[in-house]
Amino acid sequence: MIVIIDYGMGNVGSIQNMLKRTGFESIVSRDRSVIDTADKIILPGVGAFDAAMQSLKELDLIDLLHQKAVVEKKTILGICLGMQILAASSEEGKLKGLGWIDAEVKKFQSDKLKIPHMGWNIVHDVKQSQLFANMHKPELRFYFVHSYYFNCHDKTAIIGETDYGKRFTSAVNKENIWGVQFHPEKSHKFGMQLLKNFAELN
Amino acid sequence: MLQTRVIPVLLLKNKGLVKTVQFKNETYIGDPINAVKIFNDKEVDELVFLDIDASKNGTEPNIPFLQQICTECFMPISYGGGVRTLDMAKILFKIGIEKLIFNTLLFESPNVVTDVSNYAGSSSVIASIDLKKNMWGKFNVFSHSGKDIRTKDPIAFAKETENMGAGEIMVNVVDNDGMMNGYALDIIQKITSTVAVPVIACGGAKDIEDFKKAVRSAGASAVAAGSMFVFYGKHKAVLINYPDRSILEKELI
Repeated sequence: MIVIIDYGMGNVGSIQNMLKRTGFESIVSRDRSVIDTADKIILPGVGAFDAAMQSLKELDLIDLLHQKAVVEKKTILGICLGMQILAASSEEGKLKGLGWIDAEVKKFQSDKLKIPHMGWNIVHDVKQSQLFANMHKPELRFYFVHSYYFNCHDKTAIIGETDYGKRFTSAVNKENIWGVQFHPEKSHKFGMQLLKNFAELN
Repeated sequence: MLQTRVIPVLLLKNKGLVKTVQFKNETYIGDPINAVKIFNDKEVDELVFLDIDASKNGTEPNIPFLQQICTECFMPISYGGGVRTLDMAKILFKIGIEKLIFNTLLFESPNVVTDVSNYAGSSSVIASIDLKKNMWGKFNVFSHSGKDIRTKDPIAFAKETENMGAGEIMVNVVDNDGMMNGYALDIIQKITSTVAVPVIACGGAKDIEDFKKAVRSAGASAVAAGSMFVFYGKHKAVLINYPDRSILEKELI
C-alpha cells in the first residue's frame, strides 16, 4: 500500500485522487503504525522548510521515515517541499533536513525573474528514468510553485532539470529515494503518468 | 510550449455552476465537480472559479465545498468571491487553491490584498477589474459582481492594483460577458500597455480567433472565457467543451 504522509503541509487529497484514477489505492495518514506498513511512501508538502521538519518531529515521524527509507529501502517520493526536505539543509530555515540526498536548498536570486517560480514549465529528463516513462515527448510539462530550489551536489542523482533564470534540479533519484520539485497532482496527464510510474516502480 | 494560457472561468452559485449574460440572467450549467472532471480530461492548464454571490450577499467562501473541488482538480485553480481577510486567504491556499482573485476588496481593504501578496507572493494574487461602459461610451469600474459603480479610471486603477501587490490583472468587461461578441480589445490594450504584470482578457470570447486578437492586438498574456467552454452550437446547448490542445498550440504560438 502507498501511504501519503499527512503532516499538515497542504491538501493531499488531489494526490490520492490522481493515484486512484491511475488504478492505485493509497492511504493518507500520520499514524506511525499505518506508515510502518507502507510499501511506498509519498512525502508531499507546501510551505516552509522548518515548518515541515518541525511538524515531522512533533508527529514523531523522523526516525520512522529513516527506518523505512534508509534501512528498509522502501520506495519514497518527495513532492515540492517534500523533495526539498530530502536535502541536508535549506537557506529557508535553520532545522536540518532528512539528508538522504547530498544537496542543499537555495533561494532563487534574480532581479529579472518573478519569484516564486510559478506556472507550467518544462522538465528535461536528463537521464533515462522510469519516473518519466511513457510520457508524450518532446515536452514534459509540469506545474511549479516554489521560491527555493534543490541545489544537488550529488550529480548522479539528478534525473530532471528545468530552466528558470538558471538550470536547476527539478527531479532526483538515489536508489529507492525520489523527489520532484513540481506538483504532479496539478499537472494533469503528465502528473498522472508520473504518479502511475511511481506506483509501478519495483 | 503553449505560452498563452487559455482559462475556463466557471461561476459558482449555491454549489452549482451557472453562466451569466452581462453578469445577470444566470443559466444553470451543472455540477462543478463534474465540470472539473471533464476539464481534467481536456488537459486544461488553469481553472478559474468565481463565487458570484459571495460579495453581493456578504457571505464567506464555502470551504468544505471548495476543498472538494480542489481534491478533484488536477490542474491549478484560482478562486474569487468573499475573501476578506488574510486568515481566509491562508485557509484557501491550504486547501489547495493556487491563486486568489480579488475585486470588491481592491476598493474596501486594499491593505488586505497587499498582505495576501506579501504572504503568498504576488503571483498568487489576481486583481479582477470589472468594467462597464456608460451612456457616453466611457468605461466605469465596478465592484460587488458588477453591482456598485466606483469613481475610478480603469487604467489608473489597473496600475493601482499592481502597486497593491497583484501579480496578474484580469480585465473583465461586463458588457461583453456572455455575449460572445469578442473581447473589448481597446480597453484591454490600454491596460496591457500601462501595467507590467500579465493581463488576462475576459468577457466576450466566442472562438480561437478572439483569443488571437486579445493576444496579438491587445497584448493579453492569457485569455479567459465562460460561454465558449460551457455552451455548444448556435442554440447554446449546455456542453462542457475545450479546444484540442494541438489546435491551441498551432493557433496561439
